[in-house]
Amino acid sequence: MFLDICKKYPPTKDNLIYILHEIQDTHPQHYISEEAVQVISEYLAVPVNHIYGVLTFYSMYSTKPRGKYIIRLCESPPCYIKSSDIILRRLKSLLHVNVGETTKDGLFTLELCACLGVCGNAPVMMINDDVYGDLTEEKIDSIIDKLSEV
Amino acid sequence: MKYYRSHILVGINEAAKQAGVDVFVNKLQDQISTAGLADEINVLETGPLAFFGRGICLTILPENVNYENVAIEDIVELVEEHLLKGRPVHRLMLDSAAQFKPKFNYDRRIVLKNSGIIDPESIDEYLGAGGYEAWEKALLNMQPADIVNEVKASGLRGRGGAGFPAGLKWSFTAPLNAEQKYVVVNADEGEPGTFKDRLIMEGDPHQLLEGIMICARAIGASMAYIYIRGEYKLCIARLEKAIKQCHAYGILGRNIFDSGFDLDIGIKIGAGAYVCGEETALIESLEGNRGNPRWKPPFPGVKGLWQYPTVVNNVETLANVPFIIKNGAAEYRQFGTDECTGTKVYTILGDVAYPGLCEVDMGATLRTVINEYGGGMKKGFKFKAALVGGAAGVILSDRMLDVKMDFVSLNQYAAVLGSGAILVMNEHQSIVDMLWSILRFFRHESCGKCSPCRIGTQHLYDLISKIRKGEGSMDDVEMLHTIALTMKQTSFCALGQSPIMAIASALDNFRDEFIAITKK
Repeated sequence: MFLDICKKYPPTKDNLIYILHEIQDTHPQHYISEEAVQVISEYLAVPVNHIYGVLTFYSMYSTKPRGKYIIRLCESPPCYIKSSDIILRRLKSLLHVNVGETTKDGLFTLELCACLGVCGNAPVMMINDDVYGDLTEEKIDSIIDKLSEV
Repeated sequence: MKYYRSHILVGINEAAKQAGVDVFVNKLQDQISTAGLADEINVLETGPLAFFGRGICLTILPENVNYENVAIEDIVELVEEHLLKGRPVHRLMLDSAAQFKPKFNYDRRIVLKNSGIIDPESIDEYLGAGGYEAWEKALLNMQPADIVNEVKASGLRGRGGAGFPAGLKWSFTAPLNAEQKYVVVNADEGEPGTFKDRLIMEGDPHQLLEGIMICARAIGASMAYIYIRGEYKLCIARLEKAIKQCHAYGILGRNIFDSGFDLDIGIKIGAGAYVCGEETALIESLEGNRGNPRWKPPFPGVKGLWQYPTVVNNVETLANVPFIIKNGAAEYRQFGTDECTGTKVYTILGDVAYPGLCEVDMGATLRTVINEYGGGMKKGFKFKAALVGGAAGVILSDRMLDVKMDFVSLNQYAAVLGSGAILVMNEHQSIVDMLWSILRFFRHESCGKCSPCRIGTQHLYDLISKIRKGEGSMDDVEMLHTIALTMKQTSFCALGQSPIMAIASALDNFRDEFIAITKK
């Protein structure tokens, strides 16, 4: 399965970032496993340590299994002065997790991230590919409720 | 062409998408048909509008009424009142909250002149607005050296932060003999508070493409890459569509306009690293490596992507180029100041009445930008400080409201224009807290290649955390400055050289606050 994804791209090193993106996006747990790294390493003829170097450098990749929904809350100055710390507290208490952890039911992973470029609507977070802006505690409750139902 | 009585411009951006704009537009069109107005009212989905409101925003022309945060439930009222009876719905109007009515100076715009007016997904509308005329001129009527000279004469400086003259940059690469050259567009916008490039790409993707094409012709590149951050899904979709349209029209591809010139543009997606905004780190990332910056020289203009000569330019820089080529350098110099020509796109955030974007002549003062384009301070708030240029920027106090905003004037105050982010703080907000947030950002984003930055950013964060808790002394405050200064002198790239700006400006302008908190 990992090899099928690799084969969509020519076997050159510059495609590493795209292969990693696609493997992570298509994995139900949104992460890149050791097994996947082995496969990529052989396909691109690039050492495993290089792949881990890249993998751990960029904030969008994970080497640990994550939830169905990845919450990335912005903690940069524009969101911070709009009280993103209150939003963070709310998320933590609602989900019973700390930053970097996944809920027991495997539904949500809570992460912090740098500026998402949607500062006009600060505070902002992304859940998977969707942006949520102008966050309030009430809004957080209803977003989490909605996603928990499905 | 069909004639309409009114046009409703619907701003499509990430915030509007989140608010359900797709469903909204369908319902709006249904309601307009129900009211029997389908032949009179045109609904146009466009990029970000002239203002930046909450949720779904509309502009209705020709009366030029702006609505924000419009919900599906408001549609019936809007159609009944405004469109049928001609009475604007005041409770949804944007202008009711502001001290000043903001200017939407479309007559003084270069980069955003089409944004919020044309449909960004239609190449025909771009062509109708005079698009690709500059490309045709550059390709058929100008020699590469003429293009470089014209851009040089225009005085255009890079809009990514550093302000290096664009024409000069091109002139290093243009004369080199190489089997391959590249244009790389830096669209990895990561400076906190900055989203101007996103709005340019969402609002008018073809203008960026045209700028890239002209640059490629000037330096002799047959391939260009746009390096864009992965979170900008709407930009990526619109750019991909725009590139496809160009191929279909023969504006890109082989032997363009029978000139013998070949060019293709590809989109490359980043994976989340602030340091990749540094041009050599960006190139490393494009090659599939960690985004660690390279040693300079050789500069990318000589040895860049895969060791071939490469010009790396910011989105806004390239979006200025079509205007320069089409209208000439002299016309471009009508905008801005003598030393810093043209306009600058700002994103105004924080406690202003209209957080949003604007395009203003270089050299406008901070006061002008905040009052005339940001609508002044939000009601009930007083100006205390502005963080200008993002995390790698400076904290300015009210004493500096009348400083001209351009690369040269700000330099005299040890300040930078940076990326054009303006974050306005009110009198209740703490500078120490803000500095803490900035230094936390740098600690997270240091790439770890060189020790001054890797270790320095951690020390800065530890010190400011201690000071913020009220456990620090003035010695700790001085130490902040000393460490940041050492980092400026010894760090490998601009990231480690940047924290000094926020620290020094915070200490210069708001020293009292540090004295107060360390005495506790």
